[in-house]
Parts: sequence; C-alpha cells; structure tokens
Amino acid sequence: MPPPRCSRCPLPSSLLRSRSLQPFCRRCFLRAFESETLQALRNSGISPQPGHAVAVAASGGKDSTVLAHLLVRLNRERALGLRLALLGVDEGIGGYRDEALAVLRGVGAALPLPLVLVSHRELFGWALDELGPALGGRSRCTVCGVFRRQAMERAAREMGADWIATGHNADDVAETVLMNFLRGDVARLRRAPRGSPEPAVPRLKPLRHAAQKEIVLYAHFRGLPYASAECRHAPLAFRGHPRALLKDLEASRPAAVAALAHSGRRLALGAAPGAGAAPGACGRCGAVASGELCMACVLLAALDKGRPKLALGKRGLRVATEGGGGHWGGGEGGGGHQDGGGGHRAGFPYKELTQPHGPISARDANKGQGGGGFPYKERALPRGPISARDANEKRGGAKCPYEERALPRGPISARDANEEATVRWRGAVTSLPARSR
Amino acid sequence: LASPMVHCFYFRGGAELLFDGVKKHQVTLPCQPEPWDIRNLLKWIKQNLLKERPELFMQGESVRPGILVLINEADWELMGELDYKLQDQDNVLFISTLHGG
Repeated sequence: MPPPRCSRCPLPSSLLRSRSLQPFCRRCFLRAFESETLQALRNSGISPQPGHAVAVAASGGKDSTVLAHLLVRLNRERALGLRLALLGVDEGIGGYRDEALAVLRGVGAALPLPLVLVSHRELFGWALDELGPALGGRSRCTVCGVFRRQAMERAAREMGADWIATGHNADDVAETVLMNFLRGDVARLRRAPRGSPEPAVPRLKPLRHAAQKEIVLYAHFRGLPYASAECRHAPLAFRGHPRALLKDLEASRPAAVAALAHSGRRLALGAAPGAGAAPGACGRCGAVASGELCMACVLLAALDKGRPKLALGKRGLRVATEGGGGHWGGGEGGGGHQDGGGGHRAGFPYKELTQPHGPISARDANKGQGGGGFPYKERALPRGPISARDANEKRGGAKCPYEERALPRGPISARDANEEATVRWRGAVTSLPARSR
Repeated sequence: LASPMVHCFYFRGGAELLFDGVKKHQVTLPCQPEPWDIRNLLKWIKQNLLKERPELFMQGESVRPGILVLINEADWELMGELDYKLQDQDNVLFISTLHGG
C-alpha cells in the first residue's frame, strides 16, 4: 500500500503530523517544523532581538540537540542576529550525564558553538550520586532540579546571556500541567508555564508547541546524533506517572497533549494575594530568592549539616535561616514518599519550598496545628481561587465558606460578589458602600 | 508462502538497549503460511531478537506507546500500522522517544 501524497507537494509522504494528522513528505515537514519553531520564538512575548546573547541549555539529549541545531540554522537562514552558545550542566550522575556530555561536546564541535560547562560539584560541593546517604530517603530529583536551575542561572549571568533557551517540548509542558494537578501544586498551576514571576534570566522555550515525536523525527531526518540513555534515578521521579498516563492517552486521542498544555496556559490566573512581594536576593549567594535564602542554599545548608530532612520539612527554613522561618509551615506534601523519621509528615514537600509566602489558609492551618495535624483535608477542600480565602480570613477562618463556594467564581468579580452576599446575609446594609481597592 | 524475505531492522533512541545494544539486525524471515504483517513480525521479534524487558518494547500486540515505527523511512501510520504486509527488502526502524531530552 503506497503512502498517500504529501499535503503540500506531489511527493509521497513520510509521516503524519501529530497535531493536524496531515501527511507530509520529509522536506515539507522539515521546512514546516523550522518555520513553526521560528514562530514560537517570535511569539514568546518579548522575543530576542538582533545582538542578544542566548545561552542554549543543552544536555546532549534529543530536545536540546534539536533546539541547538534549529537555532543555529534559523539564525543563519533568517538572519536573526543572535549570539548563541551552549550551556551544559553536569549534575554528577555517573553513566548517564557523562555519556550525554560527550555527545554534547560533539554537538558543540559540529555546529560549531562555544560550550560552557558547569558542574554541581564545583558550584555546590555535591555531585548528585554522592547525595545518597545525605538525602535520608528523599527523592534526589528535587535536589537535582533546584541545583540545575540555579547552576544555569549563575552560568548564564556570568556568560552575559540575555536569554536561556531550553528544549521543553509540548509533551513536557503537558506532563508538567498534569503533574501539578496530581500533586495539588496550585502555586505552580497559577503561574504561566511560559514564565516565572522572578526576575531571573528570561527563558525561551521555542519547542514548547512541538510534539516529542516530531522532534525525534526531525533529528532522524536531519541525521542529528543525540544521547538517549535514561537517568538511572528516573524510575523514582514522580513525573513518570503523568508521562505514562499521557502516552497511553495519546494513543487514542493525540490532541490531548496539546490541549493539556493549552489548558495549563489558560489557567494561569496570576499570583495569589499576599504572594506578590517582589522577590529579593538570597542572603547567602545573592541569587534570586523569594525568601531569605534561595532554594539551593536552603537545601545546601541542610545537606551540609547532614540533616536533609529538615531542609524539606517545616523546621528546615528555621535551621537554614537561623531564627527566621515560620513562613513555610507544615512539613509535608501530598506525595507518597515514605518518611523514616519519627513524627515527621510523609510526603514530597518540594512544592512547599516553592510556594509563595503569604496567607494561604492551608499553610496557616498547618501552623496552627503545630505541624502535627494532617492538613490533607484543608488542601483537598475546594476553596475556590481567591474569594473564599479572603472571606475566611476576614472572619477568622472559623466559618464554613459554603455560601462563597456556591457563588460563581471568577478572579475579582467573585470576591466582590462575596462581599455583597456577606453584607446582605448579615442584614446589615442593603447596598455596598464605595470601596477603595 | 513466498520465497524467504531479507530485511534490516534498526533499533534506536534507546530501544537498542533491549536488543543487547545492537542497532542493526539483518534478518531472513522464515517461510510460514501466515502472512508477514507487522503484527506477526512483532511477535517474531519478541521471541527471537528481544533480549530483556519485553514490556518496554511491546504493549499487547503492538509496540509500547512512545516507540515510533518507520517502514522504509515512512511512518507506519501511513502504511496501515499492524496490518502492513512486509515486502522483500523492507527496512523497519524502531525509535524510542521515551527518555529525557
């Protein structure tokens, strides 16, 4: 059975595109993929201008290798005028990262692009493989991600980069949205997947709309070598669950991946009230931090003290900041990791580290109970985005917010509607006095 | 049914790890009454070439979601997927996409 004709030209097609399910021949696919990536680059809000320096975060894997090749090609063919360099991070994972870095060096030589390599051991004093005993049974993916992002930030600043480009693809974005839902990480869901509220080096994700399958096919048709080993700690990462779910779903409904990423972007409602305080600088290393210390320093302080559980628990920040703390509250998360220590909540508290400060009722409730209670109830209650929480706190948090939940939600109007309803319910005033916001 | 057919099977993107690290397999498929469609080919590969962890390569009678199949450099979705009947000298490439990038 001969393959159908390409949608754009008379040649026989080589693949079905993931989103449109249209047949494309090899050449038309490569061209379409490149112009879509250029489009995504230009649609990034503020896009890089001629003369800007872009550090391409590269691991030697398929996404970042394709990204590097694409950026070089587009830079050349469309005269984008960008200054490009590869930025690689060595987390110290034997057998996985060193092989990938060898491939990365090859990519740097082939393009050619300058390659800057930073390593966790040099920056933080800890290679990821050495973390075993110090972690105390926690997942090391937490530490890996926090350190890697910090390493990329610092290196990019020292390189004088205006942007960091990463190879996140549509499947990654969709998995992240699903993962945040599965873990109840509302703070992350609020933030647009495209941006971070902190004034770090701005990120570019030109491949965010590209299907993983198309990235692999692009690399195959262009003959681009990449490293394809899997990190040996990956089986422990929570991301494996949403990944497996999504892969199975995609088989019967391919549009689900793009739709999930789209939903995640539309869901970004902006920061919760009280969390809008501008992030400052870490007291120890000067990096961007939303608390007194940046996440990497919090983790490091605890690792170096040999009590990592504390870093990821409610007393951790107090230990790390010597007397501060109290913001972070209950030391548990909603995940399923076992905790060996006595009395400490089990869970995956990584999201605790990154949640904004401020009056979020579940955390306050945790503190009130001295951290010994089981706040899962609070977190599971559908309080509604902002309105119910405000109403709760005004009334001292003791009342049942059922009335608020029954009201239609929406960012600000619901809050106003709540106040109207509250006022009417008390029978105090029949009309709302003019409010200043 | 027909004369024995010669094929090249390639495993890339990490899939080769399930086949002793060998990326290219030149194979002569035995004659048999059932036609050599991809469905039967996968069964044959599972029995004769796959060295470990079949669940990482196959799911049910098809490949695991995330493994791309290219027949003569064309996506198998265009060729009928499991129902495609192999011709002599056909090359089949299996690329795994299931790893970080």
